[in-house]
Amino acid sequence: MYLYDQIDQRLVEERVAQFREQTRRYLAGELSEDDFRALRLRNGLYIQRHAPMLRISVPYGLLASRQLRMLARIAREYDKGYGHFTTRQNIQFNWPKLEQVPDILALLATVQMHAIQTSGNCIRNVTADHLAGVAPDEVEDPRPWCEYVRQWATLHPEFSFLPRKFKIAITGSPQDRAASKVHDIGLHLVRNERGEVGFEVLVGGGLGRAPMIGHVIREFLPKEDLLSYLEAILRVYNLEGRRDNIHKARIKVLVKSLGPEKFRELVEAEWQASRDTAPQFDAAEFERIKRCFAPPPYETLVDEDVLSGRPAEFRNWYQRNTRRHKVPGYRVVFLSLKSPTRPPGDITHTELDRVADLADQYSFGLVRSTHDQNLLFADVRQRDLFELWQALKEIDLATPNIGTLTDMICCPGLDFCALANATSIPIAKQINERFDDLDYLYDLGDIELKMSGCMNACGHHHVGHIGILGVDKNGEEWYQITIGGSSSGQDASLGQVIGPSVPHAEVAATIERILNVYLEEREEGERFIDTVRRIGIKPFKERVYAPAHQAA
Amino acid sequence: MRRLIKQREIVVDEWRYADEDPQGRSRALILPFARWKAEREQWWLWDGRLGVRLGPTDPVAELEHDFLRISLVAIEFGSIGEGRGYSQAQILRRRFKFTGELRAVGYVQREQLFYLARCGFDAFELREGEDLEAALSAFDEFSVAYQPAVDLVVSPTRRHSLAQA
Repeated sequence: MYLYDQIDQRLVEERVAQFREQTRRYLAGELSEDDFRALRLRNGLYIQRHAPMLRISVPYGLLASRQLRMLARIAREYDKGYGHFTTRQNIQFNWPKLEQVPDILALLATVQMHAIQTSGNCIRNVTADHLAGVAPDEVEDPRPWCEYVRQWATLHPEFSFLPRKFKIAITGSPQDRAASKVHDIGLHLVRNERGEVGFEVLVGGGLGRAPMIGHVIREFLPKEDLLSYLEAILRVYNLEGRRDNIHKARIKVLVKSLGPEKFRELVEAEWQASRDTAPQFDAAEFERIKRCFAPPPYETLVDEDVLSGRPAEFRNWYQRNTRRHKVPGYRVVFLSLKSPTRPPGDITHTELDRVADLADQYSFGLVRSTHDQNLLFADVRQRDLFELWQALKEIDLATPNIGTLTDMICCPGLDFCALANATSIPIAKQINERFDDLDYLYDLGDIELKMSGCMNACGHHHVGHIGILGVDKNGEEWYQITIGGSSSGQDASLGQVIGPSVPHAEVAATIERILNVYLEEREEGERFIDTVRRIGIKPFKERVYAPAHQAA
Repeated sequence: MRRLIKQREIVVDEWRYADEDPQGRSRALILPFARWKAEREQWWLWDGRLGVRLGPTDPVAELEHDFLRISLVAIEFGSIGEGRGYSQAQILRRRFKFTGELRAVGYVQREQLFYLARCGFDAFELREGEDLEAALSAFDEFSVAYQPAVDLVVSPTRRHSLAQA
């Protein structure tokens, strides 16, 4: 993974010192609430329902075991013993004390971590495919590019006061595993007809109040031109994006109002005018970064049969929670943070410590967080899988449900978040209780359930095969349900609302009725999303809301 | 007398905005962008120094051919979240190679100075109540940066120690 040099280290340390001084001035009454707000947000510090919430950056989801141990320590000493992984592959703590945040940031800096730009109207953590570097279908590893962009975006003098937050995702495979089409900018490493690798550039995707799928504004951008082209996009947005209405300020609104073609013309014109004076590609610097992502020292192994003679429980886990690796004899292993008793994405300090130990033992000391709120060991020897499975079971991280209904994305909701309209964690619990039969889940197959406690869509509900959105009706929690959304694979789509929202107690039952329609209608081997696409939402609408089942 | 930070020093302002000096007695006058556009020809031969004040939506590109006459551009900031001025400054410095004074005006506070300076601003009228002395330290809060400073058009490497820049 990327290792800091002196410049990186100095920057995070100076950032800590700066924030310590800002916090001191705030506590001494020298900085107003409003002025401090703008500053703390740039360091990931929100004031939430119960306490401040600190969001720590995990660049493109990559963590070393010593970083996990530091997160465990922070959870233990500064929080209530646990953290929560987010859909930007970051981790957040819900109970730190404001006056202790500078100390937390100082501890993070000792393990090359920070909370820079995890909030605020600036360029946020750059996310990537969680299978980067190990996926068999990869054109090129996106992570060196993520790091290159991360550095460029960090404290960028021109783009730190944008109209609104700005999210970039980079993938290197034809299969999109980073929801890149619902990002402000999605970058896909692709090969052109001459065999050169460059970027397909998408702009204007996003979720929130007005969900949109990104538009391709350039089919092939030479790699060397990445930063100058990004600067052109950001400059057009910075100058032309709306600042009068927070709900219309994302770049997707600008792209939509101008039309993608007109937006493209503006970017190309800006690029032509500015590319010569923009930061030039620095090949030596890029090579330095790239060397940090060289493959680990794999052993020469062959694929083996790891299933014979093993219990069915292990075989289930192998089928659901592991994936093919490009190197023979290795396998990718998901650690499910979606066990029935766990708020989705949560992890305790003891589990963090244990995961760090297991990473050292089985996966070159590295762990990844995924945008669907699980963890992953990228490089596990197949011969170690059984042993690792047993170890993961002991800490409740081996629930064999990756990709199934209960592997749901879920925001913290009203239990923690000051923005939410409704709870989401209790709904996750309700769903887990209703769908606790693994055979039933496996029969349903791959299905993505995504849930947000409000319109801001942190839980990506618009792109869930089934999406659940919490809404407030006269002080009561109701839930609107969409089907047919997708952010993965090659065909992103937005879900459609299937009918009136349902009360809290009815959510799991409603989901079950949706699933019953699927089970009756599906063709051999057809996934839920494909059935929805084939038959449309009408049959679901009619049967889910049949009079006998009429929601109150 | 208005005091401001210029080239990292606290100085008394030599310039007057047009509404502060309706008779044009000052020899260093800053005109609103719209007035400059409307009266460009008549000001061209005036014997003082001229500056132009840009609002966030004023099209900076329209100044491209005016720099023989304009030696100061003041850019307005309405709030800490106002970010258009940073891009206006980059266009002036990088694209048009503007070498005169580039001044940040309005709701400008110490936390912005580092970013503003790196975009090419060299003069800062801070908002009411800001401590100019204390604000001077903001320029040195970081000794390193990932982006080339605005005056380094072609950077030797992408990473920079500001101490060397």
